[in-house]
Amino acid sequence: MDIRYTKEQDAIRDGVKQICDGFDDKYWSDCDQEKRFPFEFHRAMADNGWLGITMPEEFGGANLGVTEAAIMMHEVACSAGGYSAASALHLNLFGPHAVVVFGTPEQKERMLTPLIKGTDRACFGVTEPDAGLDTTSITTFARKVEGGYRVTGRKIWTSSGQVANKIILLTRTTPKEDCKRPTDGMTLFYTDLDKTKIEVRRIPKMGRNAVDSNATFIDDYFIPDRDRIGEEGKGFHYILHSLNPERILVGIEAVGLGRGALARASNYARERKVFGRLIGQNQGIQHPLAENWAYLESAYWMIMRAAGLYDAGQPCGAEANAGKFLGGRAAFEACTRAVMTHGGMGYSTEYQVERLFRESILLRIAPITEQMILSFIAEKVLDLPKSY
Amino acid sequence: MKLLVAVKRVVDYNVKVRVKSDKTGVETAGVKMSMNPFDEIAVEEAVRLKEKGVASEIVAVSIGVSQAQETIRTALAMGADRGVLVETDVAVEPLAVAKVLKALAEKEGAQIVVLGKQAIDDDMNATGQMLAALLGWPQGTFASKVEIADGTATVTREIDGGLETVALALPAVITADLRLNEPRYASLPNIMKARKKSIDMLKPEDLGVDVTPRLTTLSVSEPPVRKAGIKVPDVATLIEKLRNEAKVI
Repeated sequence: MDIRYTKEQDAIRDGVKQICDGFDDKYWSDCDQEKRFPFEFHRAMADNGWLGITMPEEFGGANLGVTEAAIMMHEVACSAGGYSAASALHLNLFGPHAVVVFGTPEQKERMLTPLIKGTDRACFGVTEPDAGLDTTSITTFARKVEGGYRVTGRKIWTSSGQVANKIILLTRTTPKEDCKRPTDGMTLFYTDLDKTKIEVRRIPKMGRNAVDSNATFIDDYFIPDRDRIGEEGKGFHYILHSLNPERILVGIEAVGLGRGALARASNYARERKVFGRLIGQNQGIQHPLAENWAYLESAYWMIMRAAGLYDAGQPCGAEANAGKFLGGRAAFEACTRAVMTHGGMGYSTEYQVERLFRESILLRIAPITEQMILSFIAEKVLDLPKSY
Repeated sequence: MKLLVAVKRVVDYNVKVRVKSDKTGVETAGVKMSMNPFDEIAVEEAVRLKEKGVASEIVAVSIGVSQAQETIRTALAMGADRGVLVETDVAVEPLAVAKVLKALAEKEGAQIVVLGKQAIDDDMNATGQMLAALLGWPQGTFASKVEIADGTATVTREIDGGLETVALALPAVITADLRLNEPRYASLPNIMKARKKSIDMLKPEDLGVDVTPRLTTLSVSEPPVRKAGIKVPDVATLIEKLRNEAKVI
């Protein structure tokens, strides 16, 4: 067993860090306050080839694994941009997976090349207001017509829909009740997000404000056949392939966010003097921070283990989900502790930790809640009866 | 035209350097190591010369421990074409490095050797000058601007009084100062390409160079801790102290 980084992985970490270091607290604080997408950061990462890390080489990617993508996203989330920075890039790494695996050569060229260059930005339209994590209950319907489909439905929590020009859209083409299995009858599209015809309404929210979240209203929208990925009716199976990488990446982004917050807390505790001594000299301050480190570290390696399994082509559902669970918890605890360590100053935007704290709670909820993960592990690993 | 660019593996500039408890040197075990920042500037300049069509091939050279291959990889990821590591565990000194570089410059038939003006670990600021002397080539040290045309390198140098411009007949040695350029990031595609580029492994003996140190380090110690200043109540006291205590006015 070898759990050391390769030279190439070291180079990836250093390369990503160099770019992230160019975007400071003020930049990210402004993006958050003004609810502005970090276009400049996205552009810098695209220009240096990072958006294609997991994409095939012939379209400008680097064809690396989820392990390398995790190393990259950990570094991004550790930076001043936290989870906002990660979310600005995240979709590029796992979102187009179905296109990579099931797209035609023409589709791959047309869809992947501009995504890797950063000239296209895509969002993910899967979740629905009345379906949530119960994905097979989605009702967005694509009706077959001459040359394509006419689609009507509602999507929610469409991240970066305000700045995206493409959407990965999961629809039903056969109603659930008419399917042999509930996971059948769904069809996947990668198509234009034409905002003159689709309404993308921003949802006001607590944190991660640099990257918008939306409710998406689709009414009788035409999608040509050439934008359908793979076969009709198999869409759910296609997106399943990208779920474990998504858990792994969100988990590692959580760890990065937590580590960034922990670093800020330690720096403050090392400098802040009260009653004639550094607060960091007090065990009441030290011990919780040390505990955060231990939990973040354990989550990190659990996730890396999941990434290693995935890249080796082995099952990793339990590990990926557990890693996301641990990462989300550890990040939330570390960010909360970072605010508490700063005392009153932690509540001011100037010290940044309140921004990280607001982002951290999202990692416990999305893209899958702690409860669903625990039910999954109970059922799949511990062989307990299904509870829902 | 072939360019040789020298890169040194040093303690990363972000690391707080600690002296070993036995005072024989500084702690490097488990410490992040990176390319000397002035050498990054040298590599960037070499790559720009290649992009302008002046240079046809860039060879990145390092002298030191086996891990210095990583430093060469970084240069390859920035755009150097291939690498040479002259491997030795000896703590090489500027004269030994200059001799190795001389041998390589002759072996490779390089027209220009670009180096950082100094390394941030020992701040010797000697290798480039020694190399030029050994080769009998002109030198443009502390360069803040480099132009190559018609067999001449026009180098603007940062000197105490301002800027000095010198014209060097090639072949020549150039050392990079801070303002020469801003080094690029290694992009992901270039990191991937660098993996496939070759690094030749040599020993100093292969080049007929003896790198045995000529200096003995007696002791390495931390700089004295800076003492806090004092506040004076008024200007008159300040003047009085400057005149009678500090004796600077």
